[in-house]
Amino acid sequence: MSEVAIDREVDRSKLSVSDEVAIEITAMNKWYGDFHVLRDISLTVNRGERIVVCGPSGSGKSTLIRCINRLEEHQKGTIVVDGIELSSDLKNIDKIRSEVGMCFQHFNLFPHLSVLDNCTLAPIWVRKEPRKEAEDRAMHYLERVKIADQAQKFPGQLSGGQQQRVAIARSLCMNPRIMLFDEPTSALDPEMIKEVLDVMVDLAETGMTMICVTHEMGFARQVANRVIFMDQGQIIEQNEPEEFFNNPQSDRTKLFLSQILSH
Amino acid sequence: MNDSHKPFVAAGDIPPSPPPSSVVGPVAWMRENLFSSIPNAIMTLVGAFIIYSLLASVIPWLFLDSVWNATSLGNCREIDEGACLAVIKERYLQFIYGFYPEEERWRSIVAFVLMIVAVWPVLFAGAPRKMLYVSALYPAVAYWLIWGGTIWGPVGVMLGPVIAIIAYRILNPVLRGTSMEEGIAGILAILLAGLVLVLWWLFGVEVFDGILSSVVFIGLPVVESSKIGGFLLSLIIGVSGIAGSFPLGIALALGRRSNLLFIKAMSTGFIEFVRGVPLITLLFVASTLLNYFLPPGTSFDIILRVVIMVTLFAAAYMAEVIRGGLAALPKGQYEAADALGLDYWKSMRLIILPQALKISIPGIVNTFIGLFKDTTLVSVIGLLDPVGILNPIRADQNWNGIVWELYGFIAIFFFIFCFGMSRYSMYLERKLQTGHR
Repeated sequence: MSEVAIDREVDRSKLSVSDEVAIEITAMNKWYGDFHVLRDISLTVNRGERIVVCGPSGSGKSTLIRCINRLEEHQKGTIVVDGIELSSDLKNIDKIRSEVGMCFQHFNLFPHLSVLDNCTLAPIWVRKEPRKEAEDRAMHYLERVKIADQAQKFPGQLSGGQQQRVAIARSLCMNPRIMLFDEPTSALDPEMIKEVLDVMVDLAETGMTMICVTHEMGFARQVANRVIFMDQGQIIEQNEPEEFFNNPQSDRTKLFLSQILSH
Repeated sequence: MNDSHKPFVAAGDIPPSPPPSSVVGPVAWMRENLFSSIPNAIMTLVGAFIIYSLLASVIPWLFLDSVWNATSLGNCREIDEGACLAVIKERYLQFIYGFYPEEERWRSIVAFVLMIVAVWPVLFAGAPRKMLYVSALYPAVAYWLIWGGTIWGPVGVMLGPVIAIIAYRILNPVLRGTSMEEGIAGILAILLAGLVLVLWWLFGVEVFDGILSSVVFIGLPVVESSKIGGFLLSLIIGVSGIAGSFPLGIALALGRRSNLLFIKAMSTGFIEFVRGVPLITLLFVASTLLNYFLPPGTSFDIILRVVIMVTLFAAAYMAEVIRGGLAALPKGQYEAADALGLDYWKSMRLIILPQALKISIPGIVNTFIGLFKDTTLVSVIGLLDPVGILNPIRADQNWNGIVWELYGFIAIFFFIFCFGMSRYSMYLERKLQTGHR
């Protein structure tokens, strides 16, 4: 819960939002057994938006983004991603998953494969690309996250920040149109947080649609165009970052902000 | 001013010098590892004494006073008081082959050599990948070499999987075209293809064999199963059991973790039932009861029946070992595979199983070693494995009363193979080490 400085100007002119809808969630509900984790979530995300989702732990923010690529199943309401509705039809799900990239708190790289193989696995096996092509693109993205020199190493030989950057490159190799980040920096030391955030800023500047569950309020201020605050499975407040931080409306938001920003 | 507070600058580099003899060399090693403390020194001395007394009795018995040339046990005892190894010298061929006809023994030697060739690419990644085709064909070749008969029978059996795959390729799109749910259609296609396979093996192969044999007869003299024995039999049962129980164990482990209730219930039921029954019981079922369940007129080779039972038995244990490996993988690995859009089979094959199997190597090899040693149980149902072959030898008037030498010989044989497997598993674990997670 820190405010790590992103020590360069974020070029906000590159951050443009289009009118095209990328994700549309309507009256979505989810239960774990009897426990009502997500309550009546409605959210429309346009292409090019950078949304930061925050809230106390257990508020359902991770569950929400995990519903978007159906790592979790919702029980009521609809989720439409890229014009495809998420239903129990298997083919849709694999198609959506291959176009929605996801980064996890604990990176979840495949430890038995080299960095390069981690990146080429899905393009080769899901998209059936020729190996050469997949490797070229993997090297391109590894270059972009500044880790190309480690391509032959195994994930276990890299630092946490490096692993997370590889994980981002791995997702990008599938040419996703949407990226989901589930607390990408929560398991990292401060100096590594910065290197990962830098990569995420770069990514935002390419016009990627991003939804980030994070506590990095500096990132939210500089990069996000919308901040969503969740508590107890509901969206409590959403606003532009400036307004959200300077002029929170609900009491719960105020309490939450006072807790995380006072540190 | 205190001396120690004086400013100090290093005058130059101190060159490295060799360590004193008190930290390197054999004396230092012994002081550190054998005599580091009084209890340690006492244990070292006691251990040395035990080793000495063991060697002092075994070496004279086995090497100095042993008898290699004698005609009977009594004759041995007259010559010297050590081990009567003459019995091994006289009977070792029986230990190796059982009652396999002498003039056909070259066939099992060829089969053994080919086994090494076939196993090589499976065990070592350095071997050319094309060699795996040899491995895939090996079971039919080995069966034909050892049992003889026409070549078309084994060829027909090997064609079974090909036919099953063709059946699956045809059935799968047809069933998916119907209104059935996709997962169920897939499983139904697999089950039907399996049924085709079983039917082909039970009835098709015989017809295939008959037709082709009447056209081109290629064959070797038939050797009855009852003639096959000794280490040859142990290896047949052990190697087939290992080769069969591994894939079956993986399938059962995945089945037990499946979301589909039917598959899960079947796998769990099978595992729990087989694990809950002693192997001896299953072997008796194989030797006697199984004939009641089979269609009348089909005679099912006894060794084949035993191999099936041993395979099923080991597969149940294998499944639990592998399930342990699957459970040990962090949930994030499954999620990352899902999030990249890999379907179930691809994520299992590329992500989950390589890691789960690596974790399970010690347990898997443990099961293999157990299975291999358990092959000696077939002596109970009258097969002439090395232990079974002891009875005719000991019943021989000349060798009546001899024990240590025979069991020791068998023990050495099993030790070589089991120790080999153990070393291989350690090699594999080292090779698959890819840095800490």
